[in-house]
Amino acid sequence: MLTVSGARVAFGRVAALDGVDLEAATGEVVAILGPSGCGKSTLLRAVAGLQPLDGGEVRWDGEDLAGLPVHRRDFGLMFQEHALFSHRDVAANVAFGLRMQKIDASARRRRVAEVLALVGLAGFEPRQIATLSGGEAQRVALARSLAPEPRLLMLDEPLGSLDRPRRDELTEELRTLLRRLGVTVLHVTHDHDEAFAVADRVAVMQSGRIARIGSPADIWHDPRSEAVARFLGHANVVTVGNDGAVPWGRLSAPTGSAVLRADAFTRLDELPSSTGDAVTGNVADVRFRGDHYELILRTVPGNFALLARDPGAATVGETLSYSIDTTKLAPLEG
Amino acid sequence: MTAPVRIVRGAAAALPAVAVVAFMVLFFAWPIAGVIARGFGGTSPAGLLGEVLGSGSHRSVIWFTAWQAAVSTAATVAVALPAAAAMARLRFRGQRLMRALATVPFVLPTVVVAAAFEGVFARFGLAGGDGVNLRHTVWAILAAHVFFNYAVVLRTVGAHWANLDARVEDQARVFGASRIAVFRRVVLPRLAPSVAAASAIVYLFSFTSFGVVLILGGPARATIETEIYRYAVVRLDLETAAALAVVQLAAVIALVAVSNALERRRATVEPASSPAAAPRRRGPGLIANLTVMALILGLPLAVLVERSFAAGRSGGYTIRNYTAMAERVSLLPDTALAALGNSLAFAFPAAALALLVGGAAALVVLRSDSRGALLGRAFDIGLTLPLGVSAVTIGLGFLLVLDRPPIDIRTSVIVVPIAHALVGIPFVVRTLVPMLRTVNPRAREAAAVLGAPPRRVRREVDLRVAARGVAVGAGFAFAVSLGEFGATSFIPRRPETLTAPLALFRLLGTPGEALRGQAMALAVALMALTAVAVFVMDLWGDTRRGAF
Repeated sequence: MLTVSGARVAFGRVAALDGVDLEAATGEVVAILGPSGCGKSTLLRAVAGLQPLDGGEVRWDGEDLAGLPVHRRDFGLMFQEHALFSHRDVAANVAFGLRMQKIDASARRRRVAEVLALVGLAGFEPRQIATLSGGEAQRVALARSLAPEPRLLMLDEPLGSLDRPRRDELTEELRTLLRRLGVTVLHVTHDHDEAFAVADRVAVMQSGRIARIGSPADIWHDPRSEAVARFLGHANVVTVGNDGAVPWGRLSAPTGSAVLRADAFTRLDELPSSTGDAVTGNVADVRFRGDHYELILRTVPGNFALLARDPGAATVGETLSYSIDTTKLAPLEG
Repeated sequence: MTAPVRIVRGAAAALPAVAVVAFMVLFFAWPIAGVIARGFGGTSPAGLLGEVLGSGSHRSVIWFTAWQAAVSTAATVAVALPAAAAMARLRFRGQRLMRALATVPFVLPTVVVAAAFEGVFARFGLAGGDGVNLRHTVWAILAAHVFFNYAVVLRTVGAHWANLDARVEDQARVFGASRIAVFRRVVLPRLAPSVAAASAIVYLFSFTSFGVVLILGGPARATIETEIYRYAVVRLDLETAAALAVVQLAAVIALVAVSNALERRRATVEPASSPAAAPRRRGPGLIANLTVMALILGLPLAVLVERSFAAGRSGGYTIRNYTAMAERVSLLPDTALAALGNSLAFAFPAAALALLVGGAAALVVLRSDSRGALLGRAFDIGLTLPLGVSAVTIGLGFLLVLDRPPIDIRTSVIVVPIAHALVGIPFVVRTLVPMLRTVNPRAREAAAVLGAPPRRVRREVDLRVAARGVAVGAGFAFAVSLGEFGATSFIPRRPETLTAPLALFRLLGTPGEALRGQAMALAVALMALTAVAVFVMDLWGDTRRGAF
């Protein structure tokens, strides 16, 4: 079990890690989600031992890792740009960690073949790194990290360099694979879809801190802070006054700011005055989003972004009313 | 981990640094210190130096040294820049071979280059008599310097140019810039750092050029370098020689500092990824370039080969010049063939030693990259200094200090490979460091995470990448040793220390058709050996990076 407590790393005056607390139970997949520059890569490097801590500690099963150099931590780290050894073939890349463990050649060959099969690259042993496609290189890097069976596997934007379809496909594969192996994983990404798809728990990181941690559903339904809500893509933040007073009327919701999910809105056929758990506004934009539409509704207090399965007759400029499902409203802290 | 273990580890890690420092202190700093001590010596401090600087004849030598280097540099850049463009922006068959061939002159022994130009002057009647005389003129020196340094500009600027994103030029063309405007406003400004860096190196080489000036300039045209030699070896006036060497040293340190600063600037502007190759039109430009290249680089060597088979005044061709190499000549302590054998025998240990010390030094430079930048720079200068600090100064230093404790080896044979290694080390460092810098730091970290301890990381990652650099560096060090003339000319003359360049110098300097023919034959043999060493290594190693 990995325990990070109060981890601090400063680059000059900038705190890349500003008191990070994080736990990952054995076999758990924890995604670290955050915008670029939030310190998520630094966190991985600190856990790996590549980046010395300026404060706090990293423990594994209770043992402080401060004195343990990188190469003796028995952790795996897959770099964002893969960092494959370009002067070796695929087999030698994957076998590297096994060689460091002094595993004999025949066992090594078996294990390499096994791991390559696992990532869907059976028979790729003699290929040169330069001849690999982005997706293949990504799998080789994953196989290289998996081969020595690290007690903790860290993946830094493992799917970052791929185009969308490959990315979605590999996210699924990765999820299945990590579950099957039962390995403890820290998975860094800036994409919440990827984090939700892969992880048991998601830690949202902002400015060197863990702003929110929980299961994907927890985090999505209850982001707690506006910053986290906005990073996840929630666009509707409302301020509820005493007795549910909102600028367009009343809402059966507790006092304070809250986030309204895009699927909280249901279109009403008639146009009542904007009272109760309903809102009326002008359609400012209709955005095609593939399997749904995003409707931007301009109202007195501001714009709402709402999810529409079928925009129906909605045209820009039209006045529409929507009821609001207040169970899809999450109060924010602070 | 306990403290003693850490200390032992630290000491082990510091071992290469300690070895490099010990070698450089003993065989470089100590002799140079000897030169400086003697240069400032005499009755009143700085008296000797003041005397040298005050003398009109010495002042004119210093002035000549400076301006001939400047003109040599300008001429080299002017001639080699179009060729660099062709190499960078055109793709044609045999390009790799061309680049390798163009590099040959740079690694040729200076005495061979001098012999080739003497051959050209003799062949085309430019050596006095009724017609034009180019022998012992500044023209001869300039021509040889262009010939010699052509590859420096071609490779340094060419490599940079090839790395410049050609799409930027296309973009400028789209905006309506003419070809000339594109070159002036888009290419040249981006190219400037490498042109400056190459110019600084060429200036340094021309400033400290020895063999070429000594032979082609003759007694009429002296630079500081040849004056040091004449005072020390011919007139046996070590005081004046040392004082001149101090002047030379001061100039060289300044030049090396400038060169390193420019080099660093060049390194920082180099784009990380090389853009897609953009093959351009071939045609008259390419043909003109190849013609110039063939004329400047090929002609002297072709004439040298032709002269080596010439049968003297009677005309016709013969292999007599070559067979004569096995015979004793009264002015040499041994046969020319034996000298060639000696040179080969010295080149192996010298190259090995240069590789060992240079390799360790490269690692140290690299490690100091990430740590104290100041230490790294000091090391960088310390190691490139011998590249600039002329071989003659080193030879003089050996002459002055290596004949008494702590190291009394001046009369021993081992002094030759040590001197040669010293001259070769900077070439090794300068080949290896750029290559090692291309190693992705993430790859090192990946290896560490996969369980490789630091020493293993160096072996498994750095050394693998540098393997080609090692080959190229070894080739250079070998060639440098084969052709080393400046330092070797200070080593006491005995049959077993007679190297091919020394023999060649003596043969060239003595009148007589037969000796001249034999000199040409020896030069061809030496050229062939050097060319093979470097050429093989160059084709093997990928040297698109690295200046030389």
